[in-house]
Amino acid sequence: MTAPHTAITPELVREHGLNEAEYARIQELLGRDPNIVELGIFSVMWSEHCSYKSTRFHLKKLPTSAPWVIQGPGENAGIIDVGDGDVCVFKMESHNHPSFIAPFQGAATGVGGIMRDVFTMGARPVASLNALRFGEPSHPKTKHLVSGVVEGIGSYGNCMGVPTVGGEVNFHSTYNGNNLVNAMCVGMAKADKIFYSAARGSGNPVVYVGSKTGRDGIHGATMASAEFNEDSEEKRPTVQVGDPFTEKLLLEACLELMATDAIIAIQDMGAAGLTSSSAEMADKGDSGIEIDLDKVPQRETNLTAYEMMLSESQERMLAVLKPGREAEAERIFKKWELDFSVIGFTTDTHRLVVKHKGEIVADMPVTALSDAAPLYERPYITRAPASGTPEFDATRPVMTSLLKLLGTPDLCSKRWVWEQYDYTVMGDSVQQPGGDAAVVRIHGTQKGLAMSTDVTPRYCKADPREGAKQAVAESYRNITAVGATPLALTDCLNFSNPEKPEAMGEIVNGIEGMGEACRALDYPIVSGNCSLYNETQGEGILPTPTVGGVGLLKNIARMATIAFKRDNDAILVIGETKGHLGQSVYLREIEGKEEGACPPVDLKLEKKHGKFVRGLIEAGKLDTVHDVSDGGLLVAVAEMALASGIGAVLRTNYDPADFIPTMFGEDQGRYLVALPEKKADAVITAAAKAGIYVRHLGFTGAVSEMGEPVLQGVGLPAVGLETLRSAHENWLPSYMNN
Amino acid sequence: MKAAVVVFPASNCDRDAAVALEQITGHKPQMVWHADSEVPEVDLIVLPGGFSYGDYLRCGAMAGQSHVMRAVKEKAEQGVRVLGICNGFQVLTETHMLPGVLMRNAALKFVCKPVGLTVTETQSVFTRHYKAGQRVEFPVAHGEGNYVADTETLDRLEGEGRVVFKYAPGENPNGSERDIAGILNDKRNVLGLMPHPERVCDPLLGGTDGKAMFESLLEALS
Repeated sequence: MTAPHTAITPELVREHGLNEAEYARIQELLGRDPNIVELGIFSVMWSEHCSYKSTRFHLKKLPTSAPWVIQGPGENAGIIDVGDGDVCVFKMESHNHPSFIAPFQGAATGVGGIMRDVFTMGARPVASLNALRFGEPSHPKTKHLVSGVVEGIGSYGNCMGVPTVGGEVNFHSTYNGNNLVNAMCVGMAKADKIFYSAARGSGNPVVYVGSKTGRDGIHGATMASAEFNEDSEEKRPTVQVGDPFTEKLLLEACLELMATDAIIAIQDMGAAGLTSSSAEMADKGDSGIEIDLDKVPQRETNLTAYEMMLSESQERMLAVLKPGREAEAERIFKKWELDFSVIGFTTDTHRLVVKHKGEIVADMPVTALSDAAPLYERPYITRAPASGTPEFDATRPVMTSLLKLLGTPDLCSKRWVWEQYDYTVMGDSVQQPGGDAAVVRIHGTQKGLAMSTDVTPRYCKADPREGAKQAVAESYRNITAVGATPLALTDCLNFSNPEKPEAMGEIVNGIEGMGEACRALDYPIVSGNCSLYNETQGEGILPTPTVGGVGLLKNIARMATIAFKRDNDAILVIGETKGHLGQSVYLREIEGKEEGACPPVDLKLEKKHGKFVRGLIEAGKLDTVHDVSDGGLLVAVAEMALASGIGAVLRTNYDPADFIPTMFGEDQGRYLVALPEKKADAVITAAAKAGIYVRHLGFTGAVSEMGEPVLQGVGLPAVGLETLRSAHENWLPSYMNN
Repeated sequence: MKAAVVVFPASNCDRDAAVALEQITGHKPQMVWHADSEVPEVDLIVLPGGFSYGDYLRCGAMAGQSHVMRAVKEKAEQGVRVLGICNGFQVLTETHMLPGVLMRNAALKFVCKPVGLTVTETQSVFTRHYKAGQRVEFPVAHGEGNYVADTETLDRLEGEGRVVFKYAPGENPNGSERDIAGILNDKRNVLGLMPHPERVCDPLLGGTDGKAMFESLLEALS
């Protein structure tokens, strides 16, 4: 099907994921029938993955600017100003479908791809995070997928020498046939050394650098734009193979070249490889590009033009240089033992022209691939949000439930995962995995970047709008809880089939809810991607709009962590606990119900509470803070105790009917803080003055008669921290090792 | 003390080593590229952690064949101190500058975590600032740190006081024989170890137990 003069049949068009109307539009744009190479190019550029045809209309509703935003969506990654001439470059991207088909390579190349997006802008990657969602643990494939994905992420990130400092791992049956791998990379660059992808000018050399092109990954973007079926595993050849060693060389070579002023534009070859990089660069530069495929470094013999244009071989970049600087650039890439080839030049024709063996094999207007790509306002239905207050058994012993919750797949320690990632390389990881947000020191300074990935998919299922707001609010809280100011977000919008009105309703409401929260919290979205068609045999995933937040910590010496620091500290809860059990982990794990309204998010309160807590940390008055989220208050207290080895005694004199909702409800906008008792009064007074609800929950430092640290309270029989720790630590390793 | 850090393709702890050296000695070390066939006149050569040449073939195997390693070997024979950390230790065994081999971790997984170590030998330029039997904590971050050698070699290493660090009882992260974490060559001027002392020279990064190694070297070589 890849011979140059293959006849274009309706079957062939369908196999390329294009419908009749789309094909007619291609004929109209070209004024003739496309040939097979052109059909392939349109197929990837007009795929959901590359064109955002179902979401572009709605994505415009997201706020993307702020005084500190240097680059919003539309480039390889977003950029924010972090002061002193430094900028932070970051993005998150999904690699869901490949990671289900081939977990190790799919996850590894997901990490590699997002790192290239960051260093192609001139930034050195300084941190990685990963948000992972797997099917239920009892599903026969889950263990194999967890094992492969984690190993793949580790193998790539560890070799690159970029610390993997955070992320999340959750399980739910809707991901049984469609796991999610969302990889985020954060890099640092100088404000006057940022590189963009606009291939401006005419007659400038277009150079190909990095690995050779092979047959791997052909049609990856098209695969990522279709739902899964039983044959999906036969698509393994469309998953790319990663080589982190080459990527490390490519990183160093690119940064070395970027130290000169030889580059006009540069972009990585990610999804849709040579096709999307050349078309997008010409489009942004308002120019044209002519490339000669005979000059492309090739790993295999007899590659066709079709295969070369659609290959997703990894570790490749396309750059436009200033004329006459080719030799200088070539020297650098040869030093790093990488391929370097001038494969074409920019033109003023606004056309993408591809030659192979002396023949023109593709010739089309650049805008046909970008602006003219289909844009759909798909019909959608807004489902009524789940509502009501579910019933629960008020007689269940609270401490027994806590022990059970700490050992559930979603709340257990993820140590088994992050110990496979090098999180200390680069010597700046000042807050390591296990806290609310990871913190990486800005090299050579006393400032830090705080980072976190967040979303609570069960809330998004119950109420897509409120759930998406909550994802943004929780990110804001996690960044705040270490003392940092949240600055901007990247997003990975994982949803199911946009052609189904109910699923499209989840997308629209999710985006709108996210936008509302971003606006209220001055927390714009600067980069990201959409991953749709996450459904298998008709069953969609929980809506999962993951957000990756970045904040700036002014002084790492005043960073807060979740671990208790001293005995006899007062434990305070900032924010009101109403006892919202709907859609809580408690309800699901203990009562076996996924019911009720998800907790409402009050964005005004989020901002107010965040400002209050951050102010105390920045003033040096608070060093122990934990966001209250999944599992509620008692789980959060237990996590603080476990992180420190210091126990706690709680003043839990509640009515029986209120006890369980108070301990396990997931009301939003709350922080747990601990500080010396004599300083607590001032904080309580300040909170009262600001109109912020605060409750004195107890004290740190409880020990048993044997001297063992314990967690206890009224109605809470003392349990040793080691017992809690076993419950918390054992589930994942014993699941994975059996 | 003058120091050099060798940079192989895909070394990735070269900067970390340089930062720690500069912090403790007050001088930036010289960075030496793998293709160079000469090593400058220095008192200490550091082979840093990372994945030299992608760790393809075997960890450290291709780096062992590099131009620069011939020069490093010559320097070591002349008595220059050589410190191989993690991948650097693997390179040292591949070049037979240290005995034994580093196999895949017993659990077959990469492992990154702080690990307790016992300083078992303080009669060396690398460890004189530690106390004999002192417990220290360094992070490990490796997939192939499982030290293996024949019984005779292991007996000799222990008998000659060349096992410098052992994993603390119950904390062996990789299955190394006799809990060996770091060893000296017979002339005692070459040390290889899997844990990372350069990552614990800053209190913000989880401890300063690694400083004493660089301070030992500074005192001995200044």
